[in-house]
Amino acid sequence: MALAPSKDTATAKGSASTRDASPARPPSRTPSRGFWSSTIGKKTVMAVSGLIMLAYLVAHVAGNLKVFFGPEEFNGYAHWLRVMGAPVLHHEWGLWIARIALLAAVGAHAVSAYQLSRRDIRARPTRYARKRKGSSYATRTMRWGGIILGLFIVWHILDLTTGTVHPGGFEEGKPYQNVIDTFSTWYGNTIYIVAMLAVGLHVRHGFWSAAQTLGVGNARRERVLRLLANGLALVLTAGFIAVPVGVMTGVVN
Amino acid sequence: MKLNLRVWRQRNSGAEGAMATYEVDGISPDMSFLEMLDTLNEELILRGEDPVAFDHDCREGICGACSLVINGDAHGPERTTTCQLHMRSFRDGDTVDVEPWRASAFPVVKDLVVDRTAFDRIIQAGGYVTAPTGAAPEAHATPVPKAAADSAFEHAECIGCGACVAACPNGSAMLFTSAKVNHLNVLPQGAPERETRVLDMVAQMDAEGFGGCTLTGECATACPKGIPLPSIAAMNKEWLRARRKVK
Repeated sequence: MALAPSKDTATAKGSASTRDASPARPPSRTPSRGFWSSTIGKKTVMAVSGLIMLAYLVAHVAGNLKVFFGPEEFNGYAHWLRVMGAPVLHHEWGLWIARIALLAAVGAHAVSAYQLSRRDIRARPTRYARKRKGSSYATRTMRWGGIILGLFIVWHILDLTTGTVHPGGFEEGKPYQNVIDTFSTWYGNTIYIVAMLAVGLHVRHGFWSAAQTLGVGNARRERVLRLLANGLALVLTAGFIAVPVGVMTGVVN
Repeated sequence: MKLNLRVWRQRNSGAEGAMATYEVDGISPDMSFLEMLDTLNEELILRGEDPVAFDHDCREGICGACSLVINGDAHGPERTTTCQLHMRSFRDGDTVDVEPWRASAFPVVKDLVVDRTAFDRIIQAGGYVTAPTGAAPEAHATPVPKAAADSAFEHAECIGCGACVAACPNGSAMLFTSAKVNHLNVLPQGAPERETRVLDMVAQMDAEGFGGCTLTGECATACPKGIPLPSIAAMNKEWLRARRKVK
């Protein structure tokens, strides 16, 4: 047959034969246009759930800062959270709606982060001999920062919502005293401040990334988005840390 | 100039690889990085050893064939392709690490050569226009806004070398795919397939086993053609728009 390669040409290929030995590798899976099967779809879920949590954090820090106006105002605010939406909503319904929405956001954020991270690690199994650090600290700590924040949330709820691991006598409806109890321990301050620094770093890269994922980012808006991300990170971290610092310095007592 | 080269040697895709050390002498600062490797290979051939396999073609920075990670940087320390990187960027006596692109979607074929056909399949999935174009049409037959023409040209500069994937800690091909999607999606000629193009190319990109984008920006820093990072946001926008339009 004229088309069949002769033995001579096959050997003449020499070193090129190794390339012929590995034919074009077929894709590892069938392409899908589905939303959840796409990396962009998963990132969209991450972005939206992250923004929901971010909006909550802004409200949370504003509420926390009421601690500087004394126990009456702070405890009164905590009480209002339970009657929020009344008389349309029954007692604590508003609070539970917010809790369920947040739980869904945390779940969606964690599941998409886990699936994307597994995929990313599989996609780059080999490291380079010489490692360069091209990206910012906030960018490189997104995964570990997220895990730290997840663990912090568990402790934080057990400490100040359920009172399970609260130091001293936990009293429901007396958050002012509970806050002082927690921030009177060295470990309470340490855990909290480390977690709040992690929040700042996470928001710094996360907010800007969410804007890119949702297609809002472009060259013209770059400066504004970076400023917003850094500003949010700074306000949240400083605002949250102000409370333990206030307790430690005796401003809140 | 004299260099200590540590080069990734791997017999074939199935074999284990390792870094091998070579001393290369008599390097002129005017040589390109590939010419320096040619010098090494000539020596290896004279010694009866297997020369180092590496990809190259035009050697003028426009084809996208060359592909080395030099000291941890895709295409080395300058913002250009490896073939346009000159030895004057290194100092006499330097130790230089030379590795292939690292990504599971780009398996090593031999030494520094990787299989980049995954990129071809992404292009096949939608990186084209379906209108028969024939010979070059009269330039003003289809009016293109200046801003769109500039944007298309900026993205059309992508040579598909894969440096973005190599530099990305997630082995993501988002910058490449976004360059190809945006190039055609901003033009009227690419409008008929605007939605299917982005959906199909992203679907193929994911199917090839590339990682997701975490917006580290390493890709845009490594890109020898300066494809900007906001291209990825522009593709995300196109993808979300297409998801809404296509049922």
